[in-house]
Amino acid sequence: MAERAFTADSFYTYLREGKLMAARCAQCGALHLPPRPLCNRCQSLELSWVQLQGKGKLAAYTAIAVAPGFMAAQGYGRDKPYCTGIVELEEGPRISARIAGVDAAQPERIAIGTAVRIVFPGDPKGPGDQQGAAMPVLTFTA
Amino acid sequence: MTLKRARRLSRGVAIVGAGMSKFGAFKEKSSRDLFVEAFAEMKGSVDKGLDAAEIESLYIGNFSSDLFEGQGHLAPIIADWLGLLPRPATRVEDACASSGVALRMGILAIASGLYDVVLAGGVEKMSNLPTERVTDTLAMASDALYEIPAGLTFPGIFAIMATAHMQRYGTQPEHFMRIAVKNHQNGALNPKAQLGSTIQQVMQSRVARAKERGQPAPPWRDEMDFLHDAQANPVVAWPMRLFDCSPISDGAACVLLAAADVASRFTDKPVHIIGSGQGSGPALHTSDELTSLSAAKVAARQAYEMAGVTPKDIKIAEVHDCFTIAEVVASEDLGFFAPGQGGFAAAEGATALHGERPINTSGGLKSKGHPVGASGVAQAIEVWKQMRGEAGARQARKGKVDVALTHNVGGTGGTCVVHIYERR
Repeated sequence: MAERAFTADSFYTYLREGKLMAARCAQCGALHLPPRPLCNRCQSLELSWVQLQGKGKLAAYTAIAVAPGFMAAQGYGRDKPYCTGIVELEEGPRISARIAGVDAAQPERIAIGTAVRIVFPGDPKGPGDQQGAAMPVLTFTA
Repeated sequence: MTLKRARRLSRGVAIVGAGMSKFGAFKEKSSRDLFVEAFAEMKGSVDKGLDAAEIESLYIGNFSSDLFEGQGHLAPIIADWLGLLPRPATRVEDACASSGVALRMGILAIASGLYDVVLAGGVEKMSNLPTERVTDTLAMASDALYEIPAGLTFPGIFAIMATAHMQRYGTQPEHFMRIAVKNHQNGALNPKAQLGSTIQQVMQSRVARAKERGQPAPPWRDEMDFLHDAQANPVVAWPMRLFDCSPISDGAACVLLAAADVASRFTDKPVHIIGSGQGSGPALHTSDELTSLSAAKVAARQAYEMAGVTPKDIKIAEVHDCFTIAEVVASEDLGFFAPGQGGFAAAEGATALHGERPINTSGGLKSKGHPVGASGVAQAIEVWKQMRGEAGARQARKGKVDVALTHNVGGTGGTCVVHIYERR
C-alpha cells in the first residue's frame, strides 16, 4: 500500500479513522508531529508514518474567553470559555490541542503536568461540537 | 544555529527624520490617509528640510490591509498618495513585525549602495472590523492547519507562554499587571498614545461615572485591586486579561533613512543604526522552549554582534509587548534579565521610565496602541525622540541615551527583528 502523503489532509483523515499519526525521518530518526513531507532537521524526503499512543501530559494551557468566529458560532465566549493547550506526548513531540475534562471557568485550578489522552472525533467524551467543522478538532481529555 | 562571523553593514545608515500619526480608532481615515499624516510629520522633523524628490525607494510594512480594508497591493497606492510615483514601493508582510522588517529592508537597500535615501514605514487600519473578525484576522499569523483548529487565538498562544512561564519560574499574574500599569504610566505622557491614561485614571473615571449615575461606588482600593476585578478587567485568555492586551488600533509611522555619508544634508543629529538582526521561529508547540522566542534570541545575537555592544550597554529599549507576557519574555530573550526574572524585575520597577533599564518609554504597544504593520517603525521613532532628547515629559535618562534597542515580533515568534541605534 502506498504511503499517504505527509500532509495535514492525511493527518486529519487518520484522526477521523481513530489514529494519531506522526512522520518519522528514515535518515535521522526525527519524529515529526505535525507530519511534514521534508524533514526539517536533515532535509530528507524519506519519511514513514508512525502511530502514536495518544497519551501525554499538559505542557501549558489557556482558557479562552474571547473566542474566534468559528468557536463563537458554537456558543463559546465570555460566558462559556474553553480550554486549549499544548500537549507533550509520551513519544516526545508536542502539539496544540483542545483540552476536555477540565473546568475552563476555573482556569487557575488547571494543572500543568496533568495526564491527558486523546479523544477521537465522534467520541462522546470529546467536546461534541465538531459537526460541520472543516477539519476534526484534535482533542485530549484529562 | 550559530553565525559563522559577525555580519556588518557595508555602509553606514542613519535615521534623519521620523513621524507618526496619532494611534487610535479613526472611522473616517483609511491607511493611506494615516500614512500621509505620518509622512507630513516626518517631513517637518527633518532639521535641514527635505525635498521629497530625494526619496529613492519606499518599504512599507503592512500585515493585512486585504482583510482589514479590502485593499491589497497597498505600497504603490501609498507612494501615489505621497506624491512619490514612479519610485519603487514594496509592501513587506511579516505579521506584526512587518515594519520592523521594512526598516531592515530599507537599511539593507542603502547598505547595498543602490540608494542613498529611503523611506521605511508601516501602517495598519484595523478598527473597521468587529473584534471577532479582528481576532480571526490576527490568528492567521499563526499556523492555520494546526493552531487555529485547536481554537487558539493570538492572545491564547501568548497566554500559553504565560502559564508555562508561571509554572517554570513562579511568575505571577501581578507581575503582568505591574507591566500594564507601567506602560500606561508612560503612555499617559505620550500625546500619540491611543490609551493615553494611567490605569489609576481609568479607575477614577469609572468611580466618577458610577457616582454620576447614582450607582454604588466600586470597591477598588487601588489600581492593582481594579486589575484583579473580573468585571473591570475580564479574562481574554487566562491569565491574560483585557489590560494585558494591546488594543485594536489604526495608525501609521515612517522614518527617513539616509546613508551615513549623506546624513549631514538632512540633520546634524542623526541616529545611526549600528546593529540589525532578524530570525525566524516555529509554531510554539514545536519550539524547544515555551517560555522564550528562539527567533528573538537569534535576532538579538546578530544585532549585538554587528553593533559590538552587549545588553548592558542598552540605555533604553522598545520591546514588542503585544501582551504583557511578551514584554517579560522579550526582556529575558534580549539578555536584560536572566530567564525567569523578567516579571520580577519589572514588578520591582527596574524597567520603569526612571528605573535602571527603562523599557517601553513610549507606553509600548499596550498603551501607545498596536496598528500591527506600523508598530516596528513606531518603536524606532520613540528611540529617535529619546536619543535626540525630544521625548518631552517621558524623556528618559535626562536626555543622555547614547545606545538604544528595538525588538519587533511577528506572529507568535515566527519573525523577530532587532535593531540597535547609536547617537554619536
